[in-house]
Amino acid sequence: MDIQGKAWKYGSDIDTDVIIPARYLNDSSLEHLAAHCLEDLDEEFVDKMDEGDLIVAEDNFGCGSSREHAPLAIKAAGVSCVIANSFARIFYRNSINIGLPIMECPEAVAGIDEGDEVEVDVETGTITNVTKDEEYQAEPFPEFMQELISTGGLISYVNKTV
Amino acid sequence: MGMTMVEKILADHAGKDKVKAGELVNAKLDLVLGNDITTPVAINEFEKINVDDVFDQDRIAIVPDHFVPNKDIDSAQQVKQLRDFANDKGITNFFELGEMGIEHCLLPEQGLVGPGDIVIGADSHTCTYGALGALATGVGSTDMAAAMATGEAWFKVPETIKFVYNGQLQDWVGGKDLILYTIGDIGVDGALYKSMEFTGEVIDDLSMAHRMTMSNMAIEAGGKCGLIEPDETTLDYVEGRAQRDYKVYKSDEDAEYDQVIEYNVSEIEPQVAYPHLPENTRGISEVEDIRIDQAVIGSCTNGRLEDLRLAAEVLEGQKKADHVRLIVFPGTQEIYKQAMKEGIVETLIDAGAAVSTPTCGPCLGGHMGILAEGERAIATTNRNFVGRMGHPESEVYLSNPAVAAASAIAGEIVSPKEVL
Ligand code: SF4
Repeated sequence: MDIQGKAWKYGSDIDTDVIIPARYLNDSSLEHLAAHCLEDLDEEFVDKMDEGDLIVAEDNFGCGSSREHAPLAIKAAGVSCVIANSFARIFYRNSINIGLPIMECPEAVAGIDEGDEVEVDVETGTITNVTKDEEYQAEPFPEFMQELISTGGLISYVNKTV
Repeated sequence: MGMTMVEKILADHAGKDKVKAGELVNAKLDLVLGNDITTPVAINEFEKINVDDVFDQDRIAIVPDHFVPNKDIDSAQQVKQLRDFANDKGITNFFELGEMGIEHCLLPEQGLVGPGDIVIGADSHTCTYGALGALATGVGSTDMAAAMATGEAWFKVPETIKFVYNGQLQDWVGGKDLILYTIGDIGVDGALYKSMEFTGEVIDDLSMAHRMTMSNMAIEAGGKCGLIEPDETTLDYVEGRAQRDYKVYKSDEDAEYDQVIEYNVSEIEPQVAYPHLPENTRGISEVEDIRIDQAVIGSCTNGRLEDLRLAAEVLEGQKKADHVRLIVFPGTQEIYKQAMKEGIVETLIDAGAAVSTPTCGPCLGGHMGILAEGERAIATTNRNFVGRMGHPESEVYLSNPAVAAASAIAGEIVSPKEVL
């Protein structure tokens, strides 16, 4: 899977409420979720980002409720990958299940500045900062999770096995 | 090197002799749970899977509890979708109004969860059943959908933090105070990805209700689960209820822990968590002049019979302050009935409480007790996030049932000692 784009940087404890506010959960269509992605954190996010861009954040990304609408909104907005120091557990799980690549790599978070051009190899866990000509190494996903992500998420994966 | 409880449960359900923290396994599930908010999304995902039937009609529990009795047309539609799905698939554990309760009070009471089970629920407080020695954890709707089709789920084997509670509990201190104190100590991501194991002489002496309160809030520390080793107390509770065989797992003496944290509970007084995070805790003696508009007693954290008994003990022969709305919502119909038999409901009503049918209602700001702008509540629930019980500019303070009852009488947050 090819991941390449500009980085948008945010801080710690970005909760699922600011990723997709509860007032928009009356409609779970992807276009609707995408349109309001990160709205309460950065009102301009959806307008300024390009398809394929990445989110780079600090600790405990996606904390709060178990709403799956949060990773869905990020994926539907066109974000190709989220890199953070750490993720809240249910968000992590939901992301893998819906096929949103996420990486835990404090080195990358420290090294990448907003606007840097970044490439990610999901298979090896290698993150390349093209702008700065630096490389960071995240723990690669275990084979099973890679397969989940590349098949397009848990439902597609289950469909291959049932 | 030995294994922790959670490693043993996962190994057995994955058909392995041994697993280690960090490893990914595919495990068989004993029960899959969903409520009226998360199940509709799960049903939509389930329909994309190439199967017609659920993996086991008796191992899925669907509990409409959040907006029930249906608070508006949208919630009525959602519950209808659940009911139709349950009928269509022959799901035996669909709990209709009149039988339903708050999911995490209901399932243990009905014997649907037992020691050693693996349970996933599309609700973050599924971790409550850790009190029975089950590996129970919250997931999203897609996990629920896949689990309903296959009866399996993938897990990363978590590391374990062991908490040891020793000493003598002070008056009016219970499971709620221990867990609030713990979250105050380690923070809302203090147990991120990890299994919490609650141990020590104090836990040995706790009743099941207090244990469930503790496990319930493991998620508020970021934990995957909050386990307590089954003992006599657990087996007494489970006997006569369990609808399936169960198995007791205990951590080995030489199991590897990520951390061991010890507390001397003799120093812990009743705790209050200030807005807007459960980690903002302080002892009741440090709480000053917090006038309240509403006191809420109930929820999956503190809606059990013992919790209502505690509240009634404080409220007996007393009246709530004029400016306070006191709302009590029992966890299940069984708890409600028992509370009537024991005269608890009458005591509460005489004290000025509105006693509601079982529902999540006020806990998530759904219905049955929403706060207006600038209002404050003391609640025995588990979350005090911004806007959790209503208006974004309202406030929720978390406490145990005795403190909430005492505060209803005083009209401000106080210790039970001050009103008795
Ligand atoms: S009582 Fe509150 S925390 Fe518990 S399941 Fe219901 S909404 Fe969630």
